Amino acid sequence: MDFKELSRRLIGGGRLTDKEAVELFNTQDILELGEIANRISEKKSKKLIYFIKNMHINPGNICINRCKFCAFSRSEGEEGAYAYSIDEMVARARSVKGKVSEFHIVGGLNPKMDTGFYGELFTAIKQAVPGVNIKALTAVEIDYLSKCSGTPIKKILEVLRDAGLDSMPGGGAEIFRGAVRDKLCPEKIPGRRWLQIMESAHNIGIKTTATMLFGHVESYSDRVDHLRRLRALQDKTGGFLAFIPLPFHPKNTRVRGARPISGLDILKTIAISRLYLDNFDHIKAYWIMTGEKLAQICLLYGADDLDGTVIEEKITHAAGAESKEAMSVDEITGMIRKAGKVPVERDTFYKHLKVWK
Amino acid sequence: MNKLLKHIEQGHRLTRDEGLALFKGADLIALGRAADTVRKRLHPEGIVSFVVDRNINYTNICINQCRFCAFYRKESDPEAYLLSDRQIYKKIEETLAVGGTQILIQGGLHPALDIAFFERLFKGIKKRFPINIHGLSPAEVTHISKASGLSLRDTLSRLIASGLDSIPGGGAEILVDKVRGSVSPKKIGWEGWREVMLLAQEMGMPTTATMMFGSVETEEDIVEHMFRLREMQDIHRGFTAFIPWSYQPGNTELGGKTATGVEYLRVLAFSRVFLDNFPNVQASWVTQGASLAQVALRFGANDFGSTMLEENVVAAAGVKNLMDMEDIVFLIKDAGFTPAQRDTKYTILKTF
Repeated sequence: MDFKELSRRLIGGGRLTDKEAVELFNTQDILELGEIANRISEKKSKKLIYFIKNMHINPGNICINRCKFCAFSRSEGEEGAYAYSIDEMVARARSVKGKVSEFHIVGGLNPKMDTGFYGELFTAIKQAVPGVNIKALTAVEIDYLSKCSGTPIKKILEVLRDAGLDSMPGGGAEIFRGAVRDKLCPEKIPGRRWLQIMESAHNIGIKTTATMLFGHVESYSDRVDHLRRLRALQDKTGGFLAFIPLPFHPKNTRVRGARPISGLDILKTIAISRLYLDNFDHIKAYWIMTGEKLAQICLLYGADDLDGTVIEEKITHAAGAESKEAMSVDEITGMIRKAGKVPVERDTFYKHLKVWK
Repeated sequence: MNKLLKHIEQGHRLTRDEGLALFKGADLIALGRAADTVRKRLHPEGIVSFVVDRNINYTNICINQCRFCAFYRKESDPEAYLLSDRQIYKKIEETLAVGGTQILIQGGLHPALDIAFFERLFKGIKKRFPINIHGLSPAEVTHISKASGLSLRDTLSRLIASGLDSIPGGGAEILVDKVRGSVSPKKIGWEGWREVMLLAQEMGMPTTATMMFGSVETEEDIVEHMFRLREMQDIHRGFTAFIPWSYQPGNTELGGKTATGVEYLRVLAFSRVFLDNFPNVQASWVTQGASLAQVALRFGANDFGSTMLEENVVAAAGVKNLMDMEDIVFLIKDAGFTPAQRDTKYTILKTF
């Protein structure tokens, strides 16, 4: 790979081809790769690194899908299964009033939690804690709400938007290609459906993020296929706020032949995502999944977002993530500065709330 | 900066001042590239080694009571312990059963343990097991010599005669007495550490050298530490490897924060560039986690440390990273290297 030539072309606005992306995944020239990704990232975001003060609320872990890679879900009646009431969640939200700018709400597919339930929840939270953005419900959950009630996707999204839904998280994307989904999460909606739901959301003004779960049974070509579909949809709607590659956590799951998490693979995936997704403004290193130390290195490999201070994360920790359960603003800003970058507290839509000059 | 980097590429030795300028001024990727160049020059075969071993901490009773340490206990503490021979033998049997070749025997400075205790222990081990005893850091050797009224030379020769094979580089912390005075006031000074190491090396023992950074030291102190090690290494070439790790503040008197990933990789990469007479640099997955340790292989490290069937000291600070040999082999291969099991002297026993 001629990195000099590649760098010149990408800086000049050229696009990374699928073939080049696969080639980059196969390289061990991790220092060259980092340098280009950092250059592109600094061209887009200067030296700014974003984080958000947010709270995760997982309404329940009861789920009819029971994906093999998930250590969080339970069947109804199983030990450890739980479902919060609206009052309980509102009380949780109220407890962090003034301390967060976003609630991140995702959970299992529970037949008892329907569109009405979520609408009521969002309205109640907005009333109790005004001004805080609600980022909630992945495409998988929206699909489920639509199927259970026989209501079209667009209608569901409009009802929820009007009840207070501000944006949607990009979870459930996993790897789009069918052959991988069949092995990893056969019960989950196909990649095509995920993309359709995101397109509908973008079309009615709901911005979303996009994710990719990597490091399980997929090939490099599967990853590039995933990136290709995201880039194409983003060209069409411009509705994705950020891309978040998520390294797979094998502990406590039922995926066979899973390997330990490769730090180099995380860095490569962050860097290649930055290069390939030229129409995405932000690439996020989700420190809960990468670990704090490696997330900081990701900031030199193309990531410009560290997610948040994250109060109460349950899903990744159920799969044995060894990262902490929350980071303080001091810790996050310290880590960003020690990487030679400038910390910026943002809201859901990347509006600057505070810049640490 | 470019001139310095070129210097390194051509294989020149950096002066102390040049080292400091590089450590302070170079960005991480540039430093990483320089370190990777040096690593390739020293290890062109692309092997990353590791040792199968176990840490055996014979006691946690310690009169030094360093402020950065979460492991020690006072003699009167209900958690204080001293392992029996039987307990130690059992741990060695378990180590041999998984293909282990070495035990790392270290402990606190126990007021009642003199040379007779270690002579009996080492002879007992050697009589029963074909295993390498990598043990007793310079602070322990010094303590044993004092407790036994012996010279350092006599202490070392009696320990060697009883079965001690090599000496680990622990307790180096930062080899600058101003820093030591603040984090480990009762521990031997930097010259005491140097004296034991040079003597042991003169007597033919392999040793390693460590550095614990990220407590109260400055960048100047870090460079001074490495400068002093490099000077020592020029005498006997007795250090097999350099092993930097970051201070783990959990449950310690000193408290504070741990160094970040960027700081770790900077120190590691700089050490590979500056310590031109050290054959090996180890990544520390026990303190940094497996994924960052793997990344370190592209920032100058050529050794993955050990499988460490048991580890108590870092764990006491609340940091518990676990890996088995399969995981280590996978991560080394994934980084594009050939994994190899080695012994204490870095002789390759088996490649994967």
